[in-house]
Amino acid sequence: MSGRQGVAARARGLVLHGVVFVIAAVIIVPIAFGVLGGFKDNGQLSNNPFGLPSPWVTSNYTDILVAEEFWRPLFNSTLIAVATTVVVVGVSAAAAYVFARFAFRGREFLFMLFTIGLMFPFAVAILPLFILLRTIGLLNNPLGVILPQAAFGLPVTIIILRSFFRTIPGEVEEAAILDGCTPFGFFWRVLLPMARPAIATVSVLAIVASWNNFMLPLVVFNDPSWWTVPIGVRQFQGQYSDDTAKVLAYVVLAMAPALGFYAIAERQLIGGLATGATKG
Amino acid sequence: MSHSADQVTVARPSPRTVAPAPARRPKRKGRRWLTITLFLLPALVLFGVLVLLPMLLAMYTSFFDWNGLGGRPTDFIGLENFQRLLTDDIFLGDLRRGGLLIVLSLLIQLPLSLGIAMLLNQKLRGRAFYRLLFFVPYVLSEVITGVLFTMVFSPNRGLAEHIFGWFGFDDVGSTWLSDPNTVMYSLFFVMTWKYFGFHMILYLAGRQSIPNELIEAAQVDGAGNWQAFRHVTLPLLGPTIRISIFLAVIGTIQLFDLVWVLTGGGPLHASETLAVTMFNDGFRRSDIGYASATSIVMLLISLVFALGYQRFIMRRDIEGAITVMQEKR
Repeated sequence: MSGRQGVAARARGLVLHGVVFVIAAVIIVPIAFGVLGGFKDNGQLSNNPFGLPSPWVTSNYTDILVAEEFWRPLFNSTLIAVATTVVVVGVSAAAAYVFARFAFRGREFLFMLFTIGLMFPFAVAILPLFILLRTIGLLNNPLGVILPQAAFGLPVTIIILRSFFRTIPGEVEEAAILDGCTPFGFFWRVLLPMARPAIATVSVLAIVASWNNFMLPLVVFNDPSWWTVPIGVRQFQGQYSDDTAKVLAYVVLAMAPALGFYAIAERQLIGGLATGATKG
Repeated sequence: MSHSADQVTVARPSPRTVAPAPARRPKRKGRRWLTITLFLLPALVLFGVLVLLPMLLAMYTSFFDWNGLGGRPTDFIGLENFQRLLTDDIFLGDLRRGGLLIVLSLLIQLPLSLGIAMLLNQKLRGRAFYRLLFFVPYVLSEVITGVLFTMVFSPNRGLAEHIFGWFGFDDVGSTWLSDPNTVMYSLFFVMTWKYFGFHMILYLAGRQSIPNELIEAAQVDGAGNWQAFRHVTLPLLGPTIRISIFLAVIGTIQLFDLVWVLTGGGPLHASETLAVTMFNDGFRRSDIGYASATSIVMLLISLVFALGYQRFIMRRDIEGAITVMQEKR
């Protein structure tokens, strides 16, 4: 009896493993196609799509690694992601502090305004935003991407930070004020340090959103010297459309920073997405 | 719980409102308002100028015929842009295609994600690795995913062509993105590839907040695995599933990046979405008023869906949460 159950359990385990393995293959194969394809030349890509490269062609990768058209977007994306994060987290933290710890007339209305902002599709704003940025001369200027990104990041950041700030007991604030802390002193020296995990979460979300943003930099940056990674990838694909191997190498190298960041910040990223989703 | 280390925590701080500071001397009152104003002002300015103002401008512009020149629109045409939309095959097609993607997501993508989440909730060797791996596509940007898959589906040197060649379909392999009949399904495949990991993570987090005792109790009472899932796990996952449906629908209504990179909306508009149509009309044809009308329709669809969904479907979750609390007690 128990032996039969053992067989059944083992068969079931085998099926489970089989299913998971197939899904894993569907995820890995396109990525591996990219990584290995970057080490082939185009002849090999046609004749030997699945096998290992022979010979291994490294020039696709090495050419890109010394090219400015690879490093420049990487630098721009980093700069814009960091600046966006600083602005959105700083501004949101201040607002969330007021929403969490002050009672005043109009608070609920203002807070609701930000919550409704969660539902605004960015695409609706893109045309007026473009005209607005053109009017005030922020096209081809990183601020033209940083500020709108920060503005659209406000709702989710404020909501997460506010709910975290509310969990900090009122006694902490009273003690700080008895010690002579001003509201700003409390915010800066007590609340922010205590909220470090929540700050980390919202920062990771802001960095990823900025890093992946496509539509806004697409319309704001005409000037190649400001292109971000997504624009760079797209442009490279257009420029070398006949050279599949080279494009694959560029795509793989452009993937690397995001994957590295995921490896480091996996907990904040996954935890933050789950929190953000349930709060929204 | 035995696996609390790798648990995805969904922080739900108790909704404890902090009592307003006890009334102090009136001199302090002015300073209090000063603090509130100074702390709130940057957020309000940023949000007002770069989020609310563009939304209002989009609404305003949608009543004009405007090519984007001359500072501001002057040629007021009332609802003509919206009337034009009603007879525009591309726009009507956008609605149809969006509907198709939503139906496919609800029938295939989300059940698949749920199944995989339940699989990875079992004892399985390499479980942690699989969880990490299945989330990788979500981490890659839409553009990188899109470019990678244009290569995979490429008619020359593409991967899909060879895979289908193996199975003897020599002629279907190369036209996945260039045939109007298949392009939507190819797009849906890439969407699923990219987004199922996100929904899987949500379901895993939801599953881990269900006490195992509840499921074990059902099994002690004689429920099989399927019955326990159907009658205990699934109902308790209700709130998570409703959120995941919400996010999938909202995301699909606004879909742009993937389509733009994979197909540009082609061939012959066969994969165009509202956002792609709006972008083409606005930035390529400089038909700003008409593009604004399209974007306003997108906004209305999103808002009506979001408010209706929260009013009629997510509302049940509050009642559901209370029953769960009573059961736990």
